[in-house]
Amino acid sequence: MTAISLKPKSSREADKPSRNERSKRPFNIWLLVRVAIVVCGAVMMVAPFMIMVSTSLEPNTATLPNPPHFLPQTLTSANYEEAWTENNFAGFFGNSAYVSVLTTVASVVISSMTAFAFARFDFPLKNFMFSLLLAGLMIPGIVVIVPQFVLAKSLNMLDSLEGLVFFYTAGQIAFTTFLLRAFFERVPRELDEAMTVDGAGILRKFLVLYIPLARPALATAAVFSFLGAWDEYVWALTVISDATKRTLPLGIAAFQGEHSTAWGLVFAASTLAVIPVIAVYVAGQKHLIAGITTGAVK
Amino acid sequence: MLTTGYPLVRSLQISFYKWSVLPTQASTFIGLDNYVRALADPQFWTSVVNAGVYLLMSVPATVALGLFFAVLLQKKMPGRTLFRVLFYIPVVTSWVVVSLLFKFLFTTDNGAVNWFITDFLSLSDHAVPWLEQRWTGLIAISLLGIWKNLGWCLVVFLASLGGVGEELYEAAALDGANAWHKFVHVTLPGIRGTLLFVLVLQVIGAFNVFPSVLLMTNGGPAGSTEVPLTYMYKQAFSFLDFGYGSAMSFILAIFIFVVSFAQFKFFGEKKEALR
Repeated sequence: MTAISLKPKSSREADKPSRNERSKRPFNIWLLVRVAIVVCGAVMMVAPFMIMVSTSLEPNTATLPNPPHFLPQTLTSANYEEAWTENNFAGFFGNSAYVSVLTTVASVVISSMTAFAFARFDFPLKNFMFSLLLAGLMIPGIVVIVPQFVLAKSLNMLDSLEGLVFFYTAGQIAFTTFLLRAFFERVPRELDEAMTVDGAGILRKFLVLYIPLARPALATAAVFSFLGAWDEYVWALTVISDATKRTLPLGIAAFQGEHSTAWGLVFAASTLAVIPVIAVYVAGQKHLIAGITTGAVK
Repeated sequence: MLTTGYPLVRSLQISFYKWSVLPTQASTFIGLDNYVRALADPQFWTSVVNAGVYLLMSVPATVALGLFFAVLLQKKMPGRTLFRVLFYIPVVTSWVVVSLLFKFLFTTDNGAVNWFITDFLSLSDHAVPWLEQRWTGLIAISLLGIWKNLGWCLVVFLASLGGVGEELYEAAALDGANAWHKFVHVTLPGIRGTLLFVLVLQVIGAFNVFPSVLLMTNGGPAGSTEVPLTYMYKQAFSFLDFGYGSAMSFILAIFIFVVSFAQFKFFGEKKEALR
């Protein structure tokens, strides 16, 4: 498969030296093939979402349409109204927004401080603690879900939105600290020393020099924390039992369990849940990609 | 520290007990019994085999397709940024939303996938009961895994491909290398580190497959599509057997540690770059 993908490239490059005298047609054909393949791929990525949105905008029926509708045949907002008012998705939406915003703020504030400490201070067991942090990155959350549940119980944090914030923040800190530390370390020492000469203390340096310089990294951390908290399902499923405290993923999943045929409603709620994700992603696209490739590409 | 270090130790401790959920009852120390039980539990092994099947079906395809589209998107083309955004949307969408969406697509009666197979391609004249059988269920779950993770691989590979020196390709072209040779001798060695990184993370991710199974088949029919985490989760939170659940998650953690360790072995010099 990969061999096919590279053929266009080879012809294109073979044409390079003679491109001036020759017509551009062979080059354009290969570009067309390349675009066509990518468009096919992108359609595969987007088609399920089109079916989702289309289903959410059509009246609920017991049988699914055959062939599937990529565009709605009859438009109605009934599913959205019903989801929003009768099934308390407004409440779930609010819970998710509350939890995600608090998690974002908390993890950015806490990890910028720990990252600063790791980047610019020396203290006993520093390397050991950083390794522990990295280990936290590698251990998948679910492996420790039982003891975390026991911990949450003893901290009285079951069935509370603030409890969710606490554990989501804890889960994000390893990655955001890792990210911010790398960034803080790149702040030139000379600037730091110049401020020391001017009589600036640690706190002032942190607030006036490091934080403003680290804005892109802070944005990256914020995007990751927000999406992480907004999309999280398993932990919320484990600790939240009060139906009014459900976050959106819980609300959507629980609803599907009760009425497995009302797909229009499920997808209306799903669409509402996906809109903020896409908004945050598109707004923070550059930062998100910088974050993913940190560590992956040296 | 509190939330990563402590639970790990506690997890190990709990796994040696017949853990009691009620504070009024005492938990009894039973040593390695939970581990012995897990290793002798056919349902546990079914779940491990299923995770292995999921891994073999989804990881190679995800990585290969991610690299394929990254190579295609690396050079300038109209709408490149838009394509990158479109490929990445499944990655940022909640597992709950995409799992339910795929459950819908794989519905037996009039599901979009069955329509595609029976009516559009005419491959078969009867609908496939995708989520009601073991192997087709695992295929559906794997397809979701490929679809959701492809964009992540693509983005990481794109960043990495940008780092492969153009002069290496030019040198190879002078030597008369064709596209395939260039790919094998220039591109692949150039992104070797990233390739391993992506592969290892995808393998770990495959063993952590959870919400998609829970929501698409719920491990059924009769536990035949259960994976380690869904089984562990049910033992711990449905049957409240925390000790047994912990033991199983520890067996899984040991496996993941071995894989991670292999990763660091492979990376060697990369480790410095990470700091």
